[in-house]
Amino acid sequence: MAYSEKVIDHYSEPRNVGSLEKSDLNVGTGLVGAPECGDVMKLQIKVDPETKEIIDAKFKTFGCGSAIASSSLATEWVKGKSIDEAMSIQNTDIVEELSLPPVKIHCSVLAEDAIKAAISDYKSRNQD
Amino acid sequence: MKLPIYLDYNATTPVDPRVVEAMMPFFTESFGNAASRNHAFGWEVEQVVEDARESIGNVIGAGGKEIVFTSGATESNNLAILGVADFYQKKGKHIITSPIEHKAVIDPCLALEQRGYEITFLNVDKDGCIDLKQLEESIREDTILVSLMAANNEIGTLNPLKEIGEITRAKGVLFHTDATQGVGKIPIDVDEMKIDLLSMTAHKLYGPKGMGALYVRRKKPRVRLSPIMFGGGHERGMRSGTLNVTGIVGFAKALELSVAEMASEAERLTGLRQRLYERLSAGLDYIFLNGHPTERLPNNLNLSFGYVEGESLMMGVSDLAVSSGSACTSASLEPSYVLRALGVGDDLAHSSIRFGMGRFTTVEEIDYTAEKMIVAVKRLREMSPLYEMVKEGVDLSTVQWASH
Repeated sequence: MAYSEKVIDHYSEPRNVGSLEKSDLNVGTGLVGAPECGDVMKLQIKVDPETKEIIDAKFKTFGCGSAIASSSLATEWVKGKSIDEAMSIQNTDIVEELSLPPVKIHCSVLAEDAIKAAISDYKSRNQD
Repeated sequence: MKLPIYLDYNATTPVDPRVVEAMMPFFTESFGNAASRNHAFGWEVEQVVEDARESIGNVIGAGGKEIVFTSGATESNNLAILGVADFYQKKGKHIITSPIEHKAVIDPCLALEQRGYEITFLNVDKDGCIDLKQLEESIREDTILVSLMAANNEIGTLNPLKEIGEITRAKGVLFHTDATQGVGKIPIDVDEMKIDLLSMTAHKLYGPKGMGALYVRRKKPRVRLSPIMFGGGHERGMRSGTLNVTGIVGFAKALELSVAEMASEAERLTGLRQRLYERLSAGLDYIFLNGHPTERLPNNLNLSFGYVEGESLMMGVSDLAVSSGSACTSASLEPSYVLRALGVGDDLAHSSIRFGMGRFTTVEEIDYTAEKMIVAVKRLREMSPLYEMVKEGVDLSTVQWASH
């Protein structure tokens, strides 16, 4: 299978690999996928408590090159966005940006799920 | 050292230059149809084909008249299974095979199941070995065929052909073996192993693609087959179609070379396989061998690199040509059915890489491969949430995963 240039770029130079402190109240963690499906994504966001803007994002992914690229791109996109803006990121945007073939669409779905899971984790821990 | 390095010899092999040389005259000068009985062009190639037939038969302890030429092992397997099933249907409609056979064996069996035949799939253990006792107990009055491969294409595990042959012969059941990966690599003798039908192909042993053969025993017992291709009645009616003379010549030459070099080559390849395995084991934790540790093809090493997905790993070693049992390499999104049948967890099946070494593999290439693999696995583990969790002491089997 030939990969698009953007997938190769994100795979070779993934943005924002790493972990944020899980116990930090301003951090939301999303863990989606399953090892037996061949894809697990952990995506974390750090939210500014005042502005509600996502000021940092990190990921770790077990999965194919397209899964790594999708999650890398997702961290790039959520940074600097408000929680609401980040919620509106669609998997189809990721498919388009990375030129994912049909068999790899599930990777983009997982990345969207990871963003939503991280936000929902953040929200559940910050209910006033 | 030339890059990329080819380490997928279980998929196919380059044609040996000596084989190409032997084939050349039959494209242009001696181009006759071996079935042309009325002129010199036909006579000449007919003789060449018969000599090749004899020499191919000799390699497995058979006679030339027992060799039926086909387009490859897929056709040979189909002919053996469908042909026997049809011819012996009055005797019975029960066939025994295993779940880790090649699809070219499993799928004809499943097609027969649709037509009212009954298929028994034997159990395999974690190394890919069958249980001979279960085989013996599975043979019934209406069993007509046992089909078990010589060596597994993914994990390299060898079947005990001689022991299987003892059982099937004693029970009066035909024994077919798909020896695609075995011929030319491990000693095979159809009489000693009591094999009745044997599939082989040229392109796994430095011969041309599109060329195969089926050995069909002629004596004690005489095996009968219904054809699956009809036409001019070539190959004693078992396989119609103009003979692929260049392919046949190349096949014979390739086999001759493989057998001449088999013992020394097996030793050399086993050494390379061990070297690669030891280097990787020394450089990485959480690596798991798939297949039997010793009863395996000399040239096959199949490993799972825990917490790293196979396709992403292959992407990281783009100057190595290897293959993976990961689902992401196929459109089906299902990981290797062979590894699953062995009880390898789906997570580790997704993490598997098959290294296939061959005639042109060097020590230098193996060392380079080990080095590249270690770097790539380490890099991917740095970004693997699973590796991080395991290192933190999390038992992954207790995690509530959101399967998708």
